[in-house]
Amino acid sequence: MENKSKTAAFRAADVLLILMMILPIVAGWVLKALFTPESEGIAIKGALIYLSVHAPIQDFVLTEAQVNSWLVMISVTGLCLYLTHGIRARVATKRQYIAEWIVEKAEGLIKENMDGYFDGFAPFIAAMLALSAFSSLLSLTGLFAPTSDLNVVAGWAILTFALITYYKMKCGPLVYCKSFGEPVGFLAPLNIISEFATPVSMAFRHYGNILSGSVISVLIAAGLQGLSSAVLGHLPGFIGEFPLFRIGIPAVLSIYFDVFSGLLQAYIFAMLTMLYVSGAFPADEYARRHSAKTAEK
Amino acid sequence: MLELAIGIILGACALGAGTAMIAGIGPGIGEGNAVAKACEAIGRQPECRGQVTTTMLMGCAVAETTGLYALVIAILLIFVAPGRLVNILMENVGK
Repeated sequence: MENKSKTAAFRAADVLLILMMILPIVAGWVLKALFTPESEGIAIKGALIYLSVHAPIQDFVLTEAQVNSWLVMISVTGLCLYLTHGIRARVATKRQYIAEWIVEKAEGLIKENMDGYFDGFAPFIAAMLALSAFSSLLSLTGLFAPTSDLNVVAGWAILTFALITYYKMKCGPLVYCKSFGEPVGFLAPLNIISEFATPVSMAFRHYGNILSGSVISVLIAAGLQGLSSAVLGHLPGFIGEFPLFRIGIPAVLSIYFDVFSGLLQAYIFAMLTMLYVSGAFPADEYARRHSAKTAEK
Repeated sequence: MLELAIGIILGACALGAGTAMIAGIGPGIGEGNAVAKACEAIGRQPECRGQVTTTMLMGCAVAETTGLYALVIAILLIFVAPGRLVNILMENVGK
């Protein structure tokens, strides 16, 4: 089956999927433009609040971070559907190569860092990587990066914590409780603290890195604004307000703070998730029990 | 009097933030050591370059954590604490 010329329906679906990738970002711009208060110059701000609903215990607040992370999810879904659209076994297309490369890399990462028991983990880790990376890269489009809000990253860290606890419980609650008394019984409080320190440190690491990058970017932009108004300020009219030094220079910094740091943190978050989850799984004990069970039968 | 109190609050918050960031020294030295050793390792065994770099980045990220705790505290002290403390002051004193 060799149809070089694509049908109209195929093309229409392609256009729809590309729109699914781009429209969320446009929606983010529109929302931001609607809700940003009258500008007060360059300032370091948290997430904008889009909606606040009265609830009995605490007000339910819908912030920019939540909305943007949903937009990123839709966008990434569109990207995945686009890459796998029209995938065939025999004749490979360009996008199929990209999709296959991504899947192979994710599976290779899992094989390298986790037990054989966790082979099915590749989709989860790849999803986490993609979400984290694209959330950090969202700041390149001028929107608020969801990863520079602690709540978003803390949610992911709690997910990792739940996974860690689930795999520690694999051999029953008794083995789980016993693992706190190692190597000596009186160290149990320390073990419990270090159990809770894992998600806290993961959340703070990701959030701190992205936030510090955006704070430094804002400070440098403000500094360059001041410098250009000091140099050009005494000139009349439009030239006096021209932000000369703000052209291009902040972009160089954003290569490090937005692109490199964001991708590195995504990789590190996924890597630590893999290491912690596979380290939490009592592989020897599980294998022993499994072989005992099969021997019984 | 109220102005003085607010001034003390703002100044103390700024000083606290600056002092908290002394913690940045530790990760700086630690990461420097890690990168130096990684360079040595790559010099000895250039074929292991990829693995050494990955491991080094992981180690750096973990070593960075204490510095980032300090950073979070400093950011809280700069952006969150002054407003809250001034609010508390206003509630209690300046009615």
